[in-house]
Amino acid sequence: MYRDEGVVLRTAPFAEADRVVTMLTRRNGRVRAVARGVRRTSSRFGARLEPGTHVDLQLHEGRSLDTVTQADILGAYGATIAQEYARYTAAAVMLETAERLTSEERQPALRLFLLLVGGLRTLAGGERPPSLVLDAFLLRSLAVSGYGMALDECALCGEPGPHHSLSVPGGGVVCPECRPRGAASTSPAAVRLLADLLHGDWDGAEASDARVRREAGGIVAAYLQWHLERALRALPHLERT
Amino acid sequence: MYEGIVQDVIDELGQLPGIGPKSAQRIAFHLLAADPADVRRLASALTELKEKVRFCRICFNVAQSELCRICSDPRRDPTSICVVEESKDVVAIERTREFRGKYHVLGGAINPIGGVGPDDLHIRELVARLADGTVTEIILATDPNTEGEVTASYLARQIGPMGLTVTRLASGLPMGGDLEWADEVTLGRAFEGRRIVSA
Ligand SMILES: [Zn+2]
Ligand SMILES: [Zn+2]
Repeated sequence: MYRDEGVVLRTAPFAEADRVVTMLTRRNGRVRAVARGVRRTSSRFGARLEPGTHVDLQLHEGRSLDTVTQADILGAYGATIAQEYARYTAAAVMLETAERLTSEERQPALRLFLLLVGGLRTLAGGERPPSLVLDAFLLRSLAVSGYGMALDECALCGEPGPHHSLSVPGGGVVCPECRPRGAASTSPAAVRLLADLLHGDWDGAEASDARVRREAGGIVAAYLQWHLERALRALPHLERT
Repeated sequence: MYEGIVQDVIDELGQLPGIGPKSAQRIAFHLLAADPADVRRLASALTELKEKVRFCRICFNVAQSELCRICSDPRRDPTSICVVEESKDVVAIERTREFRGKYHVLGGAINPIGGVGPDDLHIRELVARLADGTVTEIILATDPNTEGEVTASYLARQIGPMGLTVTRLASGLPMGGDLEWADEVTLGRAFEGRRIVSA
């Protein structure tokens, strides 16, 4: 028996009325556990183990899968987010990214966990545009996973910027000397927005216009796909507003 | 590992939802010991399932001909459509005897991480059924869990502007459950107490 807190990433039906719940936990990294009987409408846990919910957990170790024996809600973000389609699709991309960035089960990923809780809370709060919350989460979670995007200095030689080309395989902005073939020209405003999102400067980020947000969002999506081996399933369904 | 045929049966059974290797092995040996006539009946039911059962041209419920039993029944109210995720939900709602209209089976719920978006469901066909103005009420009876709620709110947004009454099954169905597990009384009550999400 052990305790932890976690965010539900995904659930899948299992046996008659159970679900297998995939969670990112604070102390144990990504964990899969069985929640017994939760598909019965009389279940006491039901809503507590829905995707995007932050829960305090008690788990029982099993031979192949652990079992959730208790779950108490710390933040019912999923339920709030589900009320608005754009927010929901952004949350789906966040949850899938968190799963994919934790390639092995039970490898602690505390910073990613904290980013995910913060990102879902902000998304549920509804005060910031969902697409900016998503892009900030993606840039930061890639950074804590060792894939930080260079935005101030040239990603290849360190030459101080500002630079106006960006190379996804190169790892960020590149100077005219290093610019690999195929590097895209990027508007200075999009590079600034990416930097604001990465550093958490919301005043700067929210001052951006729709065109710049679209450009930055496209760069983040390409960068994310480059670093994950398989394509994200949720990304094509993202509704950008 | 067992000899060829036995292992093949275990492998095939193990592909089914909710059946692990242990259960697959148990079922395989049960079949081996069973009366040959019983096993033949099971085999032919499975074959017929794939050969004869199709999906209704109008509502995508399971059907034995072009139209399902409900779509071809003239006593069913054509002004009201109840939207569900799967055919098994039609069965659950029919058990309550609360609903006399017709159905529309979406074929699942929106689930981006599972790779299922609105275009992968029978949403376009639903919108097409509403075009001639016969239908005046849509009841959204997707599952009371996150994917079901999102699907319902997506549909409400699509259908809302068409000027008909859109309702959602009342709470009382706790979140996180599957419709197929709701007992008749609870489901019947959720039907009676449905709330308007757009009119
Ligand atoms: Zn350089
Ligand atoms: Zn039909």
